[in-house]
This record gives sequence, structure tokens and C-alpha cells, in this order.
Amino acid sequence: MGSPMWAVLKNFWHKLGSPKWFYQMSSRWLPWLSAITLGLLVWGLVWGLAYAPMDAKQGNSYRIIFLHVPASFLAMVGYYVMAIAGIVGLVWRMKMAMWVLRAAAPLGAVLTFISLFSGAIWGKPTWGTWWVWDARITSMLILLFLYLGVMALQNAFENEDSGNRASAVLTIVGMINIPIIYKSVEWWNTLHQGATIKFTEAPSMHMDMFKPLLLMIVTFYLLYALVLIMNLRCEILRHERRSQWVRELALNGKLL
Amino acid sequence: MHPARKQRLQIVLFVMVFAAVAIGLLVFALRENLNLFFPPADIVAGKAPADQQIRVGGYVVKNSVHRSSEDLTVTFRLTDGQAEVAVRYKGILPDLFTEGEAAIAKGRLNDDRILEAVEVLAKHDENYTPPEVSDTAIKPHDY
Repeated sequence: MGSPMWAVLKNFWHKLGSPKWFYQMSSRWLPWLSAITLGLLVWGLVWGLAYAPMDAKQGNSYRIIFLHVPASFLAMVGYYVMAIAGIVGLVWRMKMAMWVLRAAAPLGAVLTFISLFSGAIWGKPTWGTWWVWDARITSMLILLFLYLGVMALQNAFENEDSGNRASAVLTIVGMINIPIIYKSVEWWNTLHQGATIKFTEAPSMHMDMFKPLLLMIVTFYLLYALVLIMNLRCEILRHERRSQWVRELALNGKLL
Repeated sequence: MHPARKQRLQIVLFVMVFAAVAIGLLVFALRENLNLFFPPADIVAGKAPADQQIRVGGYVVKNSVHRSSEDLTVTFRLTDGQAEVAVRYKGILPDLFTEGEAAIAKGRLNDDRILEAVEVLAKHDENYTPPEVSDTAIKPHDY
């Protein structure tokens, strides 16, 4: 494949593997990305929490959906991000990919925790219980343990590379849990309701509520990217702290 | 692709497929046990264990909810469209428990085939509507 498009992609791929290039480029992206994410976050939260109509049956308690659904969504998407990074790291031995894995694990764990915690807060007034061992909630708890397990494995070895490789294998094995979480409400009888947003049908939600929800999901994608880049920059600095370019940036006061 | 990378990619793919098949078989073997509740049809057909605590889930039959005038005892029937199970519960029901909506009751079946519930949960559906349009929008099941 010798087309120019392919060459551009290949070039970008190789650059992405360079910590120095990524650090310098992300310094330029970060102010913009932060400003856009913060703006959308304020917009989405105010829209969802204050202006969206209340639900006929649940009243105002349904508004936790504007946090719960985006967090759950990105907790699962983030696992795929981690798994892809793990595969690239294992097969191509790309150190940046392993650092992405290290940057993504705590972020995914926090999102999964937000999902479980907000779900419990919503469950009490809606279902009448904080917690029930149904297929959806239990598989989500397994996701949290997978994230924590990946984080533990990364630091369980004297040699960081061994830890990275072991955690990448665990990530890949655990990937099967994501379709199980997603499909659990269809495959089994659960207390958790079915999906409101489906890829093939119109959402079973009034448009005045769906639009702010969609905005919050987009915002969480950006928030995920933002925090992932920031975590990755920390990983880069930690590993490259002795290199010439980091010293130069530090001496010139341009580390941020 | 470099032969060493190709081999590593093959190993990674093998691990993925192997893990997916293993966990898939595990989940398949556990499929009945992973259900949170029995539908009333299974209770009537005798598929649910009679001498232990079970959960029954279904829609609360219209006009089946009767509250005792003396204490907190409430009786109602759950249906899945095929069969009905009577439930007796002493306690406070969740706010969203309503006739025509789904609920899950946990307890034991007594000799009269009535579920003596120790816990009743409301199951919310996936529909969200503002109050002013809820009359015209998707209605709960008319059982």
C-alpha cells in the first residue's frame, strides 16, 4: 500500500510512538481541549440538572442519569482503549502504548466507581434498594475489579516491563466482560432496566431529556481524552525525566 | 509484518479467542442461575424451588393491590402475561411500586402457593417522559 494517505497515517503512527513529539504537541492541544471540555461540561450539567423536564414517574431523581450513563459508557469504552493499547504494546513492543495502558487504568476505575456509586444512589429511591446482585450490576462490579487488578499487576513486578506485559494480558482476557455488561439486560432477568439508547432504534426517552444526555456523553468522551492525555504526560515525564529534552523544557520553565 | 511481531499477534489473538470461548462457556453453563428472578409462568409450572427463598418478577396486575386496614400488610398479584402469582408482603413498598408497573418480590411460597415476601422492589422501565407528555407517550403494559 503506497498511497499518500497511507503514508500520512503511517507517519502519524510513528510520531505517536515518540514521547517527545506527543508531549510537545499535547502542550498545544491541552488548553483548547480543557476549555472546550469545561464549557461543554457546564452547559451539559446546567441543561440536564436544571432545564431538562422532570420525569413523570421518578420526578427529579432521574437526573442522576446525566452522570450515570456517560460515566458507565466511558468506563466501558475506556476498557477497549486500554485493551487496544495493550495489544499494540504486546505485539509492537511500543513503550508509549504501555504508558497509555498505565494512564487509562485508574481513569477507567474511577469512571466505573462513579457508575456504580451513582447507580446505587438512584436505586434506593427508584427500586427500593442500594444494591442487588443482578447480572448488569455484578458484571459492572467485575469491571471495577478488572481495572483494579490491572493497576495492581502493573506495580506487582520489580521490572516495570514485566508488569506492563502481565497487565496487558489481563486486560485482553477481561475484554470479553464488556459485551457481557452491555448485553446482560437482554440475556438475563435483571432489576436493571434495558438500554434507553440503542444503536438501531430511536431512544425511548423524550427528546428534551435525550438532547442534554447526548451532550453529556459527548462531553465525557472529551473529558476522558483530556484526563487520559494528562495522565499520559505524567507517565512520559516519569520515564523520560533523565532525557535531554525534558531537562531543556524544565530549565526553560516550559514543562506545562 | 515482521515475523516476530506476527507471532506475537497470533499469540495475542489466540489468548483473546481462548478467553472469549472459556468465559462464554462459563456464562452459558450458568445462564439459568444468572437470572435475578423467576417469571410467574415458571412458578406455576413448578420450575422454581418450593422450599427456599426465590424472587418473582412481573407486572403488578391492575386492581390486585389490597392494603390491610390494620397493619402494613399488602397483597397483590404479579403476571408475565401467561400466569399469575399472588404475593403477600408486610412492609413499606417503594415509591415507584404501582399497578401496571413491574416489581420483584423476594420470599418463600407457602402451602397455598402465595409468595410470603420479605422484600419488594420496583423495577423501572427504560422509558423517560416529562409529566405533561406522559399521557400520550408509551403506556405501561395493560395487564
